[in-house]
Amino acid sequence: MSFINLKDKVVQVKIVYYGPGRCGKTTNLEYINRKFRSQIQSEMVSLKTHGDRTLFFDFLPFDMGKIKGYDIKIQLYTVPGQVKYNATRKLVLKGVDGVVFVADAMEKQREKNIRSLNQLHENLQAYKESIFKLPLVIQYNKVDLKEHGVPILPTAVLRKDLNSRLKVPDFEASAITGYNVAATLKKIISSTVVSMQKKLL
Amino acid sequence: MNYGIVSQEQLEQIDTILSSKLIKLGVDCVIIIDMAGNIITAKDNGESKYDVYSFAALAAGNFATVDAMAKLVGEAEFSLLFHKGQESNIHFSKIDDELLLISMFGKDISLGFLRLNVVEAIEQIRKVWEGSKD
Ligand SMILES: Nc1nc2c(ncn2[C@@H]2O[C@H](COP(=O)(O)OP(=O)(O)OP(=O)(O)O)[C@@H](O)[C@H]2O)c(=O)[nH]1
Ligand SMILES: [Mg+2]
Repeated sequence: MSFINLKDKVVQVKIVYYGPGRCGKTTNLEYINRKFRSQIQSEMVSLKTHGDRTLFFDFLPFDMGKIKGYDIKIQLYTVPGQVKYNATRKLVLKGVDGVVFVADAMEKQREKNIRSLNQLHENLQAYKESIFKLPLVIQYNKVDLKEHGVPILPTAVLRKDLNSRLKVPDFEASAITGYNVAATLKKIISSTVVSMQKKLL
Repeated sequence: MNYGIVSQEQLEQIDTILSSKLIKLGVDCVIIIDMAGNIITAKDNGESKYDVYSFAALAAGNFATVDAMAKLVGEAEFSLLFHKGQESNIHFSKIDDELLLISMFGKDISLGFLRLNVVEAIEQIRKVWEGSKD
């Protein structure tokens, strides 16, 4: 649940980037950190292993400006994607307001995407949240690899695998070139803020 | 009132408690956060310059980790969480299942003295908090 401070008129919104290992969650945040530097007051915090895999989370606070007189502070998190880290993934999901599910478009990652999405569903249930109700955006990442001859799944297939029941907004993207990284972010922020306004009214 | 929203009046009462119970004693900075890493309020002595948002995210993660470890070894919780440095120390205390109080203080305050005052502050904060629930 987002936290609303009526005294200082600040709303804190927690958005989590979730997805299988090496799908590009951290790369999304790194791109946002570079691209929107002027709206970001602090350094990105990354708790990672020596091999640059996320160990606990990345954290990037981000100022959205004002909506209805309230300062909106977006807090972006990533989870560690490696299978063995589910306990920490769960901890990061605590109090989440919106999720970006980052899928890896590489052909060989097909099963991993599905398994990761299923686990997101279970992990949210542990907090009595529903994947069908929580603001959610799906990103099919690494589409740039096609140009390099790496086999990637057609978006229609990814959609069928991951988004046929959820029917949430989705984007092809490349976190490394920045393609649709901002579009994904804007979409999840707007879905989350709309759902929060509903809760407030 | 829903958890997740605190009124201006409540926050002012809580800020007053933090100032009179902790900042006055020489604590550098006190932050109340929820377990998701949101800041409820932060008070400092006017000198410290911490990045409180990053701090809150890390502190919530740290507390959650220790809590999960406690469960693994069959403890309900580890009641004391304290990090000691050369110049500064950090003390964590649970207000209730959702809220944490974190104090940052220097070497001129003893842990025992701090804990005593934290306990009193928490009792008062709980009253403010519970008063709002009904
Ligand atoms: N070609 C290409 N590579 C990408 C893209 N996004 C990420 N990568 C690469 O994929 C690897 C893993 O990216 P990360 O962002 O660390 O992945 P992650 O999801 O944070 O991984 P974990 O922290 O282990 O869960 C890195 O080598 C990235 O450079 C992309 O859009 N295109
Ligand atoms: Mg990562």
